[in-house]
Amino acid sequence: MAQKDDAMADMTTPHINTKGLSRNFGGLIAVNAVDFEVPKGEIRAIIGPNGAGKSTFVGMLCGRIAPSSGEIMFAGQNITAMPAHRRIRQGMAYTFQITSIFARLTLKENVRLATSWRWNGDESAIEEATHAALEQVGLADRMHQIAGDLSYGHQRLLEIAMGISQHPELLILDEPTQGLADSEIASFVKLIRDLGGDMTILLIEHNMNVVMDTADKITVLNLGTELATGTPQDIRANKAVQTAYLGETHA
Amino acid sequence: MMMSDSKKSVVFHLGFLALLFLLQFILPAYHHGNLARIMVLATYAMGYNILFGYTGLLSLGHAMFFAAGMYGMGLTMTHLGWTAGPGMLAGLLAGGLVSAGIGFLALRTSGVSFMIVTLMFAQAGFLTILYFGEWTRGDEGFVIRQADRVFAGIDLSHPTYRYLAALLLFGICLMLTIRLMQSRFGHVLIAIRENEERTQMLGYDVHFHKWMAVIASGTMAAVAGAAYALLFGYAGATFASVQYSIFPLLWVLLGGAGTALGPFIGTLFMFYLIDLSSSLTTAYMLIAGVALVLLTLFLPQGLVGEWRRKMMPWLT
Ligand SMILES: Nc1ncnc2c1ncn2[C@@H]1O[C@H](COP(=O)(O)OP(=O)(O)OP(=O)(O)O)[C@@H](O)[C@H]1O
Ligand SMILES: [Mg+2]
Repeated sequence: MAQKDDAMADMTTPHINTKGLSRNFGGLIAVNAVDFEVPKGEIRAIIGPNGAGKSTFVGMLCGRIAPSSGEIMFAGQNITAMPAHRRIRQGMAYTFQITSIFARLTLKENVRLATSWRWNGDESAIEEATHAALEQVGLADRMHQIAGDLSYGHQRLLEIAMGISQHPELLILDEPTQGLADSEIASFVKLIRDLGGDMTILLIEHNMNVVMDTADKITVLNLGTELATGTPQDIRANKAVQTAYLGETHA
Repeated sequence: MMMSDSKKSVVFHLGFLALLFLLQFILPAYHHGNLARIMVLATYAMGYNILFGYTGLLSLGHAMFFAAGMYGMGLTMTHLGWTAGPGMLAGLLAGGLVSAGIGFLALRTSGVSFMIVTLMFAQAGFLTILYFGEWTRGDEGFVIRQADRVFAGIDLSHPTYRYLAALLLFGICLMLTIRLMQSRFGHVLIAIRENEERTQMLGYDVHFHKWMAVIASGTMAAVAGAAYALLFGYAGATFASVQYSIFPLLWVLLGGAGTALGPFIGTLFMFYLIDLSSSLTTAYMLIAGVALVLLTLFLPQGLVGEWRRKMMPWLT
């Protein structure tokens, strides 16, 4: 590829961006030529109806799903062909839409696995990061329980703890509040606000209150394409979004 | 003073090794000989357990690794006139190379395909041994002369030294396994067994870790194969056949997959189950089979697995 943009690592370089990113499943175009960019430190919500391609899109960002075409740049580097585990080591963290933890291990062991490579075998740093992350999601007192014994909501929080224990630069959360109680959602919102600013956060979310309370900007996906991107106010006022999103529920 | 769980586990297993050391003084000759054989076979099973029990990969082809060690040692000693030390080393290297190569290829598959691919490779290995019958003497095998079974002036065909050599091999491999599984590398293997996708998405090169697990597993199996030929003086193609790939799976399942001592307990149990039932009836495989079915029904985690669950959760 003839990449001529040598002088691109300036302040305006997006933290993560995509060009023409697409993914087909057989005949189905799940994600269709999406151009997307998020600056460092922004909290970006990605919303859209069921099947819009949100999970597929972020799956390509973190390397779980191979794109059919298009490019992904992360911190100025083309990572389109980079395997997932290396993207994580470059500073991404990812939580699954369908909770994915080590169900037969303790919470502590779960988080240690997430964070231990990050501290070069420094045992006290690993302990500290593990403890801090569990503390941040309010699970520190359950550290020695078996993860599979937790309620569904707590398992989701554990997965978030695993993500933040890595102190990532980019945190990708796929519907993190699904299955959380209202009080847990409130502390989740607070946690995300605290993390934002340092961390770039991509948040797929169906709960509009959470989106409005946390997001700096919102990207709306529909049928695999980007419908709109803007501030929460812009998006709320956007006619196309209203029809796509609320179309089914409008009388 | 509280001992950490990993220390407790190390102390417990060292205690177990001490018990095996003491047993040689009280066991009658017959059982003494059996136990030496069981310790070597259990080392084979421990190698298998690294891949199956800890990493969660079911291979049906480990006989090729056992045989790689056995023939790596046996052939260099018989045809090149190597002595026991270099012969053992040749067995170890043969196992390392074969497992690196086979692992590299077989790990392109997973699940049932991995089982079938390893089975096929092992079958190819078995046929290769038969094909080169001129050197390997095929099914019939060959004897390693007693005069050659000497290491550092010690006659390994003598029951006492044979027992001690088997115990040394078993002890080293047991402690290595524990060390490995208490390391960060070992924790990643367990993570792969528990949830491969999550492990990858936490930043671990799953494929590389699996490959290393195949090599560690295959090399330990090979060392056991080499030691078996050296201590018992015989190498033959039977050891490369399908049944020798199935045995370690059974032993590990019986004893407890993913437990350090499970492979030994499983091997011991099965050895004496067959030994006892064959002294009672000619239909001994039937008795053994029924016992195995009952055990897997009622102790699904294996003997040591259940014991760990109930009594000693800190066991490696
Ligand atoms: N592995 C797959 N094989 C085939 N089709 C798939 C696969 N993964 C996703 N799809 C399809 O791609 C489309 C987009 O799915 P995706 O999971 O990305 O949507 P989503 O926006 O995350 O939806 P939801 O809000 O329900 O999570 C859907 O039509 C889905 O059925
Ligand atoms: Mg989704």
